[in-house]
Amino acid sequence: MSLRRNILDLRKRKDEVRKGGGDEAIGKQAAMGKLTARERILAIVDEGSFHEYDMFVEHAGTDFDMGNKVLAGDGVVIGTGTIYESPVCLFAQDFTVAGGSLGLSHARKITKIMDHALKMRVPLIGINDSGGARIQEGVNSLAGYGEIFFRNTLSSGVIPQISVILGPCAGGAVYSPALTDFVFVVENISKMFITGPAVIKSVLGEDISMEALGGARVHAEITGNAHFFALSEKECFEQIKTLITYIPWNNTQKAKTFPVKEPKSKYKIQNIVPADARLPYDIREIIKSITDGSEFFEIMELFAANIVIGFGRMNGETIGFVANQPKVLAGVLDCDSSDKAARFIRYCNAFNIPIITLEDMPGYLPGVDQEHAGVIRHGAKILYAYSEATVPKITVIIRKAYGGGYIAMNSRHLRADFVFAWPTAEIAVMGPEGAANIVFRKEIAEAEDPDAMRQQKIQEYKDKFANPYVAAAKGYIDEVIEPRETRKILLHALRISASKDVQGPSKKHGLPPF
Amino acid sequence: MAEQEKTQIIIVHSAKYQTTYTKKYENRKVWAEPNFNHINSYIPGTIIEILVKEGQKVAAGESILILEAMKMYNDIKMPFKGKIVKVYVEIGQKIPKNFLMIEVEPLD
Repeated sequence: MSLRRNILDLRKRKDEVRKGGGDEAIGKQAAMGKLTARERILAIVDEGSFHEYDMFVEHAGTDFDMGNKVLAGDGVVIGTGTIYESPVCLFAQDFTVAGGSLGLSHARKITKIMDHALKMRVPLIGINDSGGARIQEGVNSLAGYGEIFFRNTLSSGVIPQISVILGPCAGGAVYSPALTDFVFVVENISKMFITGPAVIKSVLGEDISMEALGGARVHAEITGNAHFFALSEKECFEQIKTLITYIPWNNTQKAKTFPVKEPKSKYKIQNIVPADARLPYDIREIIKSITDGSEFFEIMELFAANIVIGFGRMNGETIGFVANQPKVLAGVLDCDSSDKAARFIRYCNAFNIPIITLEDMPGYLPGVDQEHAGVIRHGAKILYAYSEATVPKITVIIRKAYGGGYIAMNSRHLRADFVFAWPTAEIAVMGPEGAANIVFRKEIAEAEDPDAMRQQKIQEYKDKFANPYVAAAKGYIDEVIEPRETRKILLHALRISASKDVQGPSKKHGLPPF
Repeated sequence: MAEQEKTQIIIVHSAKYQTTYTKKYENRKVWAEPNFNHINSYIPGTIIEILVKEGQKVAAGESILILEAMKMYNDIKMPFKGKIVKVYVEIGQKIPKNFLMIEVEPLD
C-alpha cells in the first residue's frame, strides 16, 4: 500500500463516520428544524478551529444482537475548538445515531472531553440531543451517566460549564445540565423532563404534550431550569458565543477586557425613575445607562422577572448586575427571585466577576403560598451568597430599601465594599404607610378623622425616615450621590476594588440552605 | 416578557405599588383551610379496592380503601372514629393528587 492509499483509506473511514446515522435520519432531523451534531459544533466555534477526537470509537453493547451493529462514533461527537479565539472543549450527542442514546463508549467519550476541559482549565460546552439511556447496554449506561454527573460536580466552580438542550433530554439525563452553570433552550426543539408524557398518561390519565410538560418556554419561564431561551438554533448559538465573551476560561482568571465605550446618550439616567416610590419603571434602563456601550446581556429573562441578573461591562471589564425590577411584582423578593439571584451571585464570585447591586424593592412578597413554599430558606440563599462572596461588591440604593430586603440586597452589614444611595433612597424598616399604621396605631384609632390622621402620620414618618440620611448618619451608606454621577462613581469604586483581597475562616465548605 | 402590559397592584406593608404580574403569580394556588373530613389522595394513582360503604361506622385506623401508586398498594386508613358520608371514587378509577376520595364525619 502506498502512503496515498493509506490516506485515501483514512478519508473514507472518516467520511463514513461523518455520515452519522445516514441521510434518512439526517433528513428527519432537518425536518424538525434541527442541525446535525457536527453542524451545531461548527456553527458555534471559530471557522476552521474544530478538531474531533474518538471518531472511530465503537459501541460496547453485546446483548440483544448489538454486537453486529455499527454506530458511527457511538452517537456522540467530541472535540476542541475556539470561540472568538478562546479555547473550549465540546461534545454533541448525535440523534441520528441510535437516537443519540447513551451507552458505555458514548459516555466514555463525553467523560474524556470533560476530563480534558478540567485538566486544561477551559470551558466545556455540551449539546444534549438524546433519547436517553441505551437500554440494550443496561446498567453500563447508568454508570455512564453517574460518571458524567460526578465530573460536572468536580468541575463546578473551576471551569464554566454550558449545556445546550437541542432535542430530548429526559430521565436521568437531565441532571447533567442541571449541574452545569448555564442551560440554553430553543423553542419547539428542547424537551426536558424526568417522566415523559407517555408514563404520565398511563399512570395518571393526564394527557399533556412534550412541549407543555417540558418545552423550552416551560423551563425558561416556570421551572427556572433554563437560563437562555431562543427561537431558533441559530439564535441560540449567537447567545452562547456572546456569553463566552463575558466569562473567564476558569476560576483563576478574569474575563477578557474590551475597549471602553461610553453609554449611549439616549439613556438619560436622571429621567428614568419616577420620584413616587409606588410607580414602576424598567430597571434595565438604569443598567443600560451605566454600562459600557449601554450593553446588557440578561440571564434568565423570563423567570422570576421581578429580579434582573446579567452581565455588562464597565471600564471594559465584565460586571455581574443584580437589580430589583419595580416593573414586575413591584420588584419584591420571593422564592424564585431569591434562587435566581443567589445562584448568579455565587457564579460571579466563583469566576472573579465584580457584582453591582441596584436596589429598589419594598420587601418580601406576602402570601400563604410564599410562606408555605419556603420563602424563609429560599430567601436565606441571597443572604448567604452575598455574605460569602469575596469579589468586589458595590450597591446603589435607588429608591426603596425596606426591612429584611434591605439587609439581603448586599448591604454594608453583609460586607458590601461600597454602598451608594440616590437622594430618592428610602432606607427603613418598612414603607411609611405600614410604619405609620403601626407606630401611630393609637393616635389614628382615637382621632376624630382617622383617615386624615393616618395621612398626616404617614407624611410625618416619610419626612423623618424615608430618606438616605438616617442610614448615612450611621455610616451604613458611604455616599449619597446624584443620579447622573452613578457611572463615574461606580467606575471609581471598581478601580479602587481591583486588588481586593479578603480571606474567610478556612473550612471544607459552607452549608448554604440548598 | 413574562408579564402583561396592563398595570396591576401589589400591596406590601399597606403601600400599593403599580406594577405587572407574572404568569406564575397569577396562577398561584390560593390557600384554603384543610377540611379534615375529606380523605384526599396524597399521591396520584388507581383505586384498587373500596372497603367501606356509605353510612358505615368505622373505627380509627381501619382500612377504607386501597390506592395503587408507583406500583405500590397504599392502604388508606380511617383517621378517626367516624361514619362514611360519601364515596366519590369507584374501583379502577385513576385519580390525580389531592383528589377527594371519601368524605367522612367524626363520631363521639
